[in-house]
Amino acid sequence: MSFVEYRDIIQNGDTAIVFLGHDSMFAIKVQQGGSTQTKYGAIKHSTDLIGKKYGSKVTCSKGGWVYILHPTPELWTVTLPHRTQILYSTDISMIVMMLELKPGSIVCESGTGSGSLSHAIIRTIAPTGRLYTVEFHKQRAEKAEEEFCDHKIDHLVTVKNQDVCKEGFGVVNVADAVFLDIPSPWEAVKYAKSALKTEGGRICSFSPCIEQVQRTCLAMTDQDFMDINTFEILLRVYDVRTVSLQLPDLGVGHTSNQDTLTDKKNQSKEDSWRDSQQGTTQFKSGAPLRDMAGHTGYLTFATKYLS
Amino acid sequence: MSDPVEVPAPGGGQAQPVSEGDHVVLKREEVFKAVQVHRGRKVTFEKQWFYLDNAIGQQYGTTFEVSSGGVLQPLKVKTKEVAKEANEAGIDNRNIIDDGKSQKLSRDDIEALKEQGLKGQDIVQHLIENSTTFRDKTGFAQEKYIKKKKKKYEAFITILKPTTRIMAMMYHSREPGKICYLRYDTLAQMLTLGNIHAGSKVIVAETCAGLVLGAVMERLGGFGSIIHVYPGSLPVRSAMENFGFPRSFYNHLFDFPINKLNSLLSGSFSAEKETLQKQTEVMMEEDSGSPLNTHQGDGMPCGETMMDNNQSEETKPMDVACEEAENKEKNPDRKFNVEERRSKQEDRLKKLQTAAAVLQERNADGLIIASRLYPSPLLLCLLEFVAPSRPFVIYCQYKEPLLVCYSNLRERGGVVNLRLSETWLRGYQVLPNRTHPKLTMSGSGGYILTGITVAMDRTKSVDNISNSQRAEERPAKRQKIEESRS
Repeated sequence: MSFVEYRDIIQNGDTAIVFLGHDSMFAIKVQQGGSTQTKYGAIKHSTDLIGKKYGSKVTCSKGGWVYILHPTPELWTVTLPHRTQILYSTDISMIVMMLELKPGSIVCESGTGSGSLSHAIIRTIAPTGRLYTVEFHKQRAEKAEEEFCDHKIDHLVTVKNQDVCKEGFGVVNVADAVFLDIPSPWEAVKYAKSALKTEGGRICSFSPCIEQVQRTCLAMTDQDFMDINTFEILLRVYDVRTVSLQLPDLGVGHTSNQDTLTDKKNQSKEDSWRDSQQGTTQFKSGAPLRDMAGHTGYLTFATKYLS
Repeated sequence: MSDPVEVPAPGGGQAQPVSEGDHVVLKREEVFKAVQVHRGRKVTFEKQWFYLDNAIGQQYGTTFEVSSGGVLQPLKVKTKEVAKEANEAGIDNRNIIDDGKSQKLSRDDIEALKEQGLKGQDIVQHLIENSTTFRDKTGFAQEKYIKKKKKKYEAFITILKPTTRIMAMMYHSREPGKICYLRYDTLAQMLTLGNIHAGSKVIVAETCAGLVLGAVMERLGGFGSIIHVYPGSLPVRSAMENFGFPRSFYNHLFDFPINKLNSLLSGSFSAEKETLQKQTEVMMEEDSGSPLNTHQGDGMPCGETMMDNNQSEETKPMDVACEEAENKEKNPDRKFNVEERRSKQEDRLKKLQTAAAVLQERNADGLIIASRLYPSPLLLCLLEFVAPSRPFVIYCQYKEPLLVCYSNLRERGGVVNLRLSETWLRGYQVLPNRTHPKLTMSGSGGYILTGITVAMDRTKSVDNISNSQRAEERPAKRQKIEESRS
């Protein structure tokens, strides 16, 4: 396994995703002799995992079963240990596309945080690109570096432990894109500009509050960034289910011709349910979830043109 | 799976300037247009015409001003905002009356100014000076007025390299019908949720003019392979061509017709038979369509344009088209064409066999569907070619067909983590004291259904392969268990 390359077989040292159900999965490190407890019982790594194919059904000690999935940045995002607030795949998708990332891109990022976005960036720019990520919190920087090693993507990323607002990214005129997720991005905009290639590049800043966005936009204008655009992207998930509603009982009365006609039509179509569940009608629905994320942050994009 | 071909030099390499034959994107304000650069060819964009000759040799990202005669002049210094001299401004609009006479210049006067070859910014200055109400407008209103006039009279055109961002935004605003109303944020979700990355083998079933295909090719960066599954007799790829990918990107792009999928699954597929049949169809199309009009504008599907990627010694489709037209005149017996067709037919046969073999390995790393076709049958069929523990994404402009896909997938099994979703995209105007959401937003960008493949129960998968019409009488109990589990 590697986060940038698919493998078919689970090997010692791999990070794998244990899938129990839709909202229930977690990441494990596969180790010879190791074992993992689930609510369906234990999984023995040496016998149940190593040598098996990703996507297999694994029977646990209590007889229940789980699926073992190949890691992807998206699965990692929903299973990673949080050290900070993280970016989720909806925002990440927009960031990656609007920053025009592709294999070979050189990217600067700050802060590294829990590495949710970092993994997605590295996946996209591999095998020839590079990520320079800056995190001012020492433990977080170290932890991120460790994870990149575990996930076999450390050759594509450099983690720097410094303050981006005071010291910048530590590189000049190399980046195709810069991403900022820090409390005061306006202080880092000038470093972002100098990190970008002379022929230009793209920048994105993620901020939860509109006041941050306003200051950042002003700073970007000052630094001659163009095409400054702010977006908000929200995910709506639909629950697919069959809904059955009770038919109103209009009582017995004189049925007009029209009524009998529609009745007959319905009868032929809906016979099956009418028999079993009298007085209801069924349909398939994509119903919105009761709760959804109303706001994550504003995404501000801009271009540095060749000057 | 990774087949590193030509690696595009990262970082260090000096950026290539615009050269003849390049596929570029013209940008004016927020409007994009994709064109191919040719000397002496007139380009119409945003009610203006010009020649791209002067752009050749300039760096990408250069901004030009259109001067008389359609000549592009590179802008040396970025013109800063028109200096707001004498910050005279009103407080409110209580005394501003719309009598239609506030502008003292007539239309003829303005036309005359234009004919004198006056620069856009000077015309704007004239308009401001001759507006009686300008001084009474509030500062914000003045700014808005200037912005509006600048947009009309100042024409700055920037030349950019095509990217998925630009192409997706361009198609969504110019020709949404051609890309099934796929909004760019939705495309972004598909690429991410499909885990599209270098080294993968991806099946792309699309009828979005090749936009989705182009986006996937960009993310593969020449590493890995793609099987483009298409309806009809030829794949439509005009949008993909606008990306201007290097030839090496085409080495591992295969295509396979949808109407041969069932025979491939059942094992009765024979490339020889199919090619013969197909070749006659292609010939008929080539004869009916004039090759010359295929490469103008955003391109309609037509014979030559479709680009037989592997084969072509033909580097520039335009040139080939011209050559062929000439040949037709010069060789009335069309001997050349007959030979060319024979070799094309052989190439076609080889390619079809390869594509079939690549699919038959049944180990694709991802599946992306974005088409105007009813998705469920296509999805159920194509999933047979995907390896376990790989993501798949289906786009549809409408939600209802995806509800059907969802139910059918549950019935079939072999998938987990199914999710039906939609993204909302809201743009903001951010200006000092004037920050608010944009006044209009797109109503819908379509829906996507995603999931991850897993190993099928062995008995069941055998069942599925041998029996193409899926068992409808799947025990209800199983289904329930699965629903509660995932």
